[in-house]
Amino acid sequence: MYNANKVIPGIIIFILFFTAPIWLNFGRLEAIPQPELPKGEKKCVESKEYMRAYHMKLLDDWRKKAIRENQYIYINSKGEKYRISLQKTCLKCHNNREKFCDRCHNFVITHPDCWHCHFTKEEAKKWQ
Amino acid sequence: MAIKRRDFLKLGGLTLVGTAASAAVENLLIKGEAKAEGYTSAPESLKGKRWALVIDVKKCKENQSTCGFKCIEACNVYHNIPNIPDPKKEIKWIWKDNFEHAFPEEGTNKYLVEKLEGIPFILLCNHCENPPCVRVCPTRATFKREDGIVMMDYHRCIGCRFCMAACPYGARSFNWYDPRKYLSKVNPLYPTRTKGVVEKCTLCYERLADGKVPACVEACPAKAIIFGDLNDPNSEVNKVLEERMAIRRKEELGTGPSVFYLID
Repeated sequence: MYNANKVIPGIIIFILFFTAPIWLNFGRLEAIPQPELPKGEKKCVESKEYMRAYHMKLLDDWRKKAIRENQYIYINSKGEKYRISLQKTCLKCHNNREKFCDRCHNFVITHPDCWHCHFTKEEAKKWQ
Repeated sequence: MAIKRRDFLKLGGLTLVGTAASAAVENLLIKGEAKAEGYTSAPESLKGKRWALVIDVKKCKENQSTCGFKCIEACNVYHNIPNIPDPKKEIKWIWKDNFEHAFPEEGTNKYLVEKLEGIPFILLCNHCENPPCVRVCPTRATFKREDGIVMMDYHRCIGCRFCMAACPYGARSFNWYDPRKYLSKVNPLYPTRTKGVVEKCTLCYERLADGKVPACVEACPAKAIIFGDLNDPNSEVNKVLEERMAIRRKEELGTGPSVFYLID
């Protein structure tokens, strides 16, 4: 190999530079988001684990069923019925965007535009 | 380099096994996703095959001096419709305009013009039987439901405004601004829209699901707007239309409007 004394250190520096975030954050756990659940409410429409993983899919299905097929009632896995509506059902309990939605969404750098149209009473005070 | 038959068969076999394995893993991963037991319509919801509105022009005209167009106000408040002063950029779901503008094709009908000239007509989306806006929408953001309502799904709207060009009634409005800045009253039960989407009357699909009639129908103190199912021969709209004379806007275009104006 020609110029091994320059190429190999070069490759090592390149790899170290590009993996810097891994080494700098190694073993640090405080960044894990802690969303604040609504107070006084014990259960959501489905289990916590399911909602955590699939809430976006559920909301998508809700929208399709409600406005395209006129099916406004969701029957959950336990047989309980819920009115499909973000404004009337979800946001009734999950009324704090900063402490609930944003904490995880910011952590995973995803910016869904739900709040461009949907809002809570508290949220409305800000732009009124 | 030529590939040997034996190697080709080996590769083929591996590909098959790989595909099967990845499908199995995927199945395991999305297990539990289809959690819903089901969906159903609310028992109290109003059910119809073709919702329609019949507007009694005479009754409406007689009460306009006192009612202050409650139908328009009720709709604006319920649906968080912004009040934008610029007429080129305003948002309207239900509005008023005079006979000449609402029915330009009747302009040569001297006797009809004589009777109806200058009368403000209440105009809104006609929820056409054959809606041109739905035909042109490239994303199916606007579509016709089984109950006859021409609906909007703002999540899918890309703001191309083809539907606005296609609609012969001017029933659609584009959000040039963030509508929240132009709201004086906010109804927390209904979302606002966002900049860049087209909106229009949805015949209060949410209220129908809760068993209520549209907001404009409920608000009219003179009961000049009648709501009902055209498909049901016993509905009030059908009975009224059988007895009295009604016109529809731009009928010659073949859109089949579901909003009727009683003119006798």
